Amino acid sequence: MSAAIRLDDLTLGYDGHPAVHHVSGSFAAGSLTAVVGPNGSGKSTLMKGITGTLKPLGGHILRNGAIAYLPQGAEIDKSFPATVSELVSLGLWPRRGAFGGLGAADRRQVSAALDAVGLDGFAHRPLDTLSGGQFQRALFARLLLMDAPIVLLDEPFAAVDEKTVHDLVALIARWHGEGRTVIAVLHDLGLVRRHFPQTLLLAREAIAWGSTPVALRPETLQRARAMPEAWDESAPWHDDTAAHGHAEANL
Amino acid sequence: MWQVLVEPFVLYGFMQRALAGATILAVSAAPIGVFLMFRRMSLAGDAMAHAILPGAAAGFLVSGLALLPMTIGGFVAGLVVALLAGLVSRLTAQREDTSLAAFYLISLALGVLLVSLRGSSVDLMHVLFGSVLALNNDALILIGGVASVSLVGLALIWRPLFAECLDPSFLGSVSRAGQPVHLAFLALVVLNLVGGFQALGTLMSVGLMMLPAAAARFWVRSLEAVTGLAIAIGIGACYLGLLVSYHLEVASGPAIILVAGAAYVVSLVLGRRGIVFSRTQPSRHRIA
Repeated sequence: MSAAIRLDDLTLGYDGHPAVHHVSGSFAAGSLTAVVGPNGSGKSTLMKGITGTLKPLGGHILRNGAIAYLPQGAEIDKSFPATVSELVSLGLWPRRGAFGGLGAADRRQVSAALDAVGLDGFAHRPLDTLSGGQFQRALFARLLLMDAPIVLLDEPFAAVDEKTVHDLVALIARWHGEGRTVIAVLHDLGLVRRHFPQTLLLAREAIAWGSTPVALRPETLQRARAMPEAWDESAPWHDDTAAHGHAEANL
Repeated sequence: MWQVLVEPFVLYGFMQRALAGATILAVSAAPIGVFLMFRRMSLAGDAMAHAILPGAAAGFLVSGLALLPMTIGGFVAGLVVALLAGLVSRLTAQREDTSLAAFYLISLALGVLLVSLRGSSVDLMHVLFGSVLALNNDALILIGGVASVSLVGLALIWRPLFAECLDPSFLGSVSRAGQPVHLAFLALVVLNLVGGFQALGTLMSVGLMMLPAAAARFWVRSLEAVTGLAIAIGIGACYLGLLVSYHLEVASGPAIILVAGAAYVVSLVLGRRGIVFSRTQPSRHRIA
């Protein structure tokens, strides 16, 4: 199967300190993958790398198609006087651009997207009247409108109730059924086991990457938890000749 | 009644020109102020107003109290400070508000120094606080031009600016428009301040930008409604401020800004989303 996204010896980080360290592998086109790992294991960093907002410190990322991305705790100003439908219709931006007006067909799409996430009747509600779950539904409606072949979700279910998770997981399953590549950063391993065929277990490096039952075994999880959250100010700079713990271990 | 409310503007040409200039400024600046407010950049407008000073001062040094050199100088200086502040925040970890504060302080000190090289403190007062009653026809044409460019420019960038205010990281992920739109918006801010400085001075002209916007927000909710109401409040403040200045024989620029300030305080207390109303909401509620 062809790769939607391929990571080639990818290192991402901040100020020269790696948060994602020498990761190689690929997300197959049409695959549904959960990215799990302890806090600080580089999951969000990997998402930012894939979307291109963070430049790699080393290695390459190959993207095969447009990406719709839901960042963790999206920095949306809810006090800004916008309505739900105005927020959701931003999803048409890649197709309509800054100056293209929205036609009747577009408005129908927006309202269909709102229906699909269970927000019918909310179109004209101001954002600051939404609950956390409703807001997350609106963001999913926006992703829906983007109609991208690759969908990245960074902790989409943080602080969201069970019913909402249930509905949004159904939406993810629908995307998977439509042949889109979906990658979601998650913490709920039960949810991952039930709904996500593939898993990348990340602890700065890829501890395991493959089918979920194989990736989430007790011993792999144990190794992930053992990841040192070290940010060593005096760590030697990595170059290809220097001694470098895990690079040797991989040999 | 006629004598009090209308006659001053009929009798005196300088009052007519003052009213025309201030009104055009209010129409042009208030929408800019609304966006500044919603972008949480209310104080950035103030910083930019200070930043204009050295440019205006350089124009003043070259050709005295002449309109065009001071305007162009002010516009260039304001734009340079805005660009530098934006550049610093992009190249380093320092946030834009901090770098803006740093550059405007440098700019302000430089401006005052430049004016003091040649002018008297009267000149300095003129540059800082303007003289709306001394607007000549050239100044009116300049203000009109500024307002036209500003309104058309804002209409052009309205949608990307809306998206950039609402969810900047999303706009950044689907389009490269964010940065240029932000810069274009800052240019409009500088343009309006420069347009206003002949009438109200570099410092006071921010008042016509921010106070109507801040007041309007206590009454209405949607962006369009806030913008419309802010323009109306701005126009009202110009008219009433000039009347107050005429009848009480006080300085006209500060009078206009004080009336706008009064509108803000009244809105703050009595507005639909103001203090009194939100404290005395009936405890009635709907069934769903």
